[in-house]
Amino acid sequence: MDLLLDAVVIGVLLGCFYAAVSLGLSVSFGLLDVPHVAHPAFLVMASYAVFFLNDRFDIDPLLAGLMITPLLFLFGLVAYRLYYETFEKRGSDAGVRGIAFFFGVAFIIEVLIILQFGVDQRSVTATYIGKAWRIGDMRIPLRLLVAFAVAAGLTILLSLYLSKTFMGRAIRAVAQDQEALRLMGANPVKIKQWAFGIATAVLGIAGALLIIVAPVDPILDRAYIGRTFCVVVMAGLGSMTGTLIAAIILGVVETIVLTLFGASWAPAISFAMLLGVLAIRPQGLFGRRS
Amino acid sequence: MKRRTFLGGTIAAAVVGRTSGVVAEQPPIKIGMSMAQTGGLAGGGKASQLGIEIWRDDVNAKGGLLGRKVELIVYDDKSSASETPAIYSKLLDVDKVDLLFAPYATVPTAPLMPLVKQRGLLLMGNFSFQVNSKVGHDMWFNNAPWGPADSWAAAFLDLGQKAGGKTMALLAADQEFAQNLAVTAKAVAKKLNMSVVFDQAYPPNTVEFSGILRALNAAKPDIVYVASYPPDSAGILRAVNEIGVGDNVKIFGGGMVGLQFAAVMENLGSLLNGVVNYNTWLPEPNMYFDGTKAFFDAYTPRAKEAKVDPLGYYLAPFGYASGQLVEQAIKAVGSLDQKAIAKYLHGNEHKTIVGPIAFSADGERKDTATLMAQFRGIKDKNVEQFRSPGKQVILFPERLKSGELITPFEAART
Amino acid sequence: MNRNSIAFWIGAGLFLVVVALLPQLIRNEYPFFAAYVILQFIVLSVAWSILGGYAGYVNFGTSAFFGVGVYTAVFLFKATGAPLAVQLAAAAAVGALLGFAVGLLTLRMQGIFFSIATIALTIVIETSVTNWRFVGGAAGIQMQRPAVMAPFDGYVQMLVFVQALLVVLAIVIARYMQSSWIGRGLQALKDDELAAECTGVPTLRLKVLACVISGALMCAAGAPAAMYLQYADPSSAFNLNYSVSVLAMSLIGGTAHWAGPVIGAILLGTTQQLLTVTISSEVNLLVLGIMLVVFVVAAPEGLIGLIRKASRKRAEREA
Repeated sequence: MDLLLDAVVIGVLLGCFYAAVSLGLSVSFGLLDVPHVAHPAFLVMASYAVFFLNDRFDIDPLLAGLMITPLLFLFGLVAYRLYYETFEKRGSDAGVRGIAFFFGVAFIIEVLIILQFGVDQRSVTATYIGKAWRIGDMRIPLRLLVAFAVAAGLTILLSLYLSKTFMGRAIRAVAQDQEALRLMGANPVKIKQWAFGIATAVLGIAGALLIIVAPVDPILDRAYIGRTFCVVVMAGLGSMTGTLIAAIILGVVETIVLTLFGASWAPAISFAMLLGVLAIRPQGLFGRRS
Repeated sequence: MKRRTFLGGTIAAAVVGRTSGVVAEQPPIKIGMSMAQTGGLAGGGKASQLGIEIWRDDVNAKGGLLGRKVELIVYDDKSSASETPAIYSKLLDVDKVDLLFAPYATVPTAPLMPLVKQRGLLLMGNFSFQVNSKVGHDMWFNNAPWGPADSWAAAFLDLGQKAGGKTMALLAADQEFAQNLAVTAKAVAKKLNMSVVFDQAYPPNTVEFSGILRALNAAKPDIVYVASYPPDSAGILRAVNEIGVGDNVKIFGGGMVGLQFAAVMENLGSLLNGVVNYNTWLPEPNMYFDGTKAFFDAYTPRAKEAKVDPLGYYLAPFGYASGQLVEQAIKAVGSLDQKAIAKYLHGNEHKTIVGPIAFSADGERKDTATLMAQFRGIKDKNVEQFRSPGKQVILFPERLKSGELITPFEAART
Repeated sequence: MNRNSIAFWIGAGLFLVVVALLPQLIRNEYPFFAAYVILQFIVLSVAWSILGGYAGYVNFGTSAFFGVGVYTAVFLFKATGAPLAVQLAAAAAVGALLGFAVGLLTLRMQGIFFSIATIALTIVIETSVTNWRFVGGAAGIQMQRPAVMAPFDGYVQMLVFVQALLVVLAIVIARYMQSSWIGRGLQALKDDELAAECTGVPTLRLKVLACVISGALMCAAGAPAAMYLQYADPSSAFNLNYSVSVLAMSLIGGTAHWAGPVIGAILLGTTQQLLTVTISSEVNLLVLGIMLVVFVVAAPEGLIGLIRKASRKRAEREA
């Protein structure tokens, strides 16, 4: 019983971490329909940038994550423009070729990381890494609490931004009906570009979390393609709180299986769950589409 | 950047060949291999390759073998089993190499074993684990110090038992190498009358180990045997530091891959303290043999330039030793006749920079030289500290020992 | 039979004869190892395009089908020592069943959702195989292949011939589907599934048929790999590489015509083999990445599209 409680607590925190690394994808794929399979590669790239700042200048990883956020935002703007010019503008069959395009981009990023940093795994140092918080018998790793705080903060910020600000509402509108927006005189491409910038910008802090929670290596992105898409699809496209909840469900189930049942079955269970959700409720648990 | 050193080495060798005059006339002796340059095994593969390249340069500087210079032909196997058959066929049939070295690690090597057996070729193995046990090829030689299959677990569990351990927990990655270790560990535990109170295989890419470690703690084991891969080894040790493992644990570690690599060791720093783990070479007093120091003097600057593991203890000297083994055999036999070379390698003990090597019938080491060493007094963020002795105290084997086990695990962590 | 078909059948026959005779001409084994890999990718790409190109359902689970093919062969070989032909047939049957299951998924999912479901399926299957101790589990399994059967004098040469047979079979099926009502139906549902449904195209049956055929071919292509490598481990058999390479090959070649994936697989497969034995470093991966990006950006319809465009222009000029 104790173990179960433990597994649930750790699972919730782990889920928050999954949410943090998936939120960007929830915007780019969930709202903008960009088949962004290079999202995890961008994420790992951000982690390496954080590693560089931490290793060279001893900057706290979270702070480093914030520092690279504007750069990532610009990078996102450029990346979307490129994607738009080559795919969305031409229309036809953007899905398949878009996926191939982003796979290509992901490979290029992997190689660039290897050339710059070598193939060894890297991690960062900070005061909250390697320590735990005690409550009674339970001990909770501080780095997971950081993940929890960041994920909660990001979710709230993004939700507020999407529902309260003008630009945020425009982004949601663009996801629902581009034509209507065009008729109202707004340029949907500009709005989508802006949204993609934001989706990439949040990777700064998410990348910091990735390298805080565990070491990274250049091909780590491959392990996260399944996980991030699993979270976003299970959540239902474009719902930020949905993403958080779906990620927590994934984290809890994974941890319970890992702790209490055969650990080696954990990946099968979580992806079987995704298959189940897709088969029964293709729009996801909190989906916007019917 | 790897490429540059590789070419540089070749050019350097070519210059040596030309200036010495005598050797220039004859075609070089070609040694072919694949080595992981990309994928999960790339870190080890690159370090291993550098070790072999240093041997090549040394032997060429001395005038080569049989009056011919040595040339390496190396292709990337992408850490995968599916690439190696085609690569080795290219090496044999197109490049016409004279000798084969195996790629680093078991998975890329496994598909080669039937091939070399069918063609009756010598294969100089590179850190694979029990890859010949089912094939039974008599011209296979493993450069790794593993020895008999169970020696690894036996050494660790024996240390644990002497420290008063009666129960064992087994935590292993659900991947090839770790699973092989886990199987032997269970067999040894049975032999030692030790009960296995926890036995889990965790999947690759597991992010968080706190939960699984809590479950392990709940079983209250005396001995914790971990067989893990590099990304997980770090995750497990972090979780150990955060969650703790309880005072009853006498000894922790055993088969954690990754704790031999400089980048991982530097990252983990003080979290390593107390862990008893396998290793192959360490800068302890008993580990220096003829040429060992010179090798590392050559390795260190070249590794830095090539962005390869800066310490290079784990694989690189054994790559060099592979070269030394064939060098001695070829000199003794006086030709490139593979059967004769194999016979010589089986029949004699060979001096190398990693100590004397003798092979048993299955091509593994006669006696295990796998070290069990305990991390002590490690500080954070300092890779240079690992160069001095006393940081990883050798507990096993007896002849190489440099200290005694500090137990229980918690006491050794400070 | 029109002239085009006659030429096709003669070409296919010649191809098989040449492959069968090659061992007499070439003593060197390496070309056969390399050819095996390329032929295997041709089968996978053609099979992938039946679903991905004609019907527009992007299957990311190529590695799942491939791996299931490998492990069907491993299982049969270990359990009964079944000969290669039986391994192949069984793999095709299992692949057809798996394809049927995937086909049912298309009932509920379209577009990227379908693709993600196939990723999920891959992971579920890979994990199951990893936990299946009989076929070696995570540790992998070594096998000793049996003696080669006459008239072949080497096992690899035989495997190349088998893979060549599969290539011809896959192309014949793809070509038939493309020019028959099936292809037109699939094209219609690719353009607009709802409209196709309304005009009486039996969309579900067509989709399931495409999945079954594609799956059977992919698994069959994977089956000989067990005897080719004489070793199998889950992480190599279910490598993401197969999914991405096959996707890349099909798109680079072009998916509108059966020749597209063939050209793409030959081009990219040969390039990869050449790079492995020349540059041989991380640059290899870089080339794949750059080729993917350049082709999907510059040649959206693949090489087939470029060729068609060029010939259309020439026709216009001549007219």
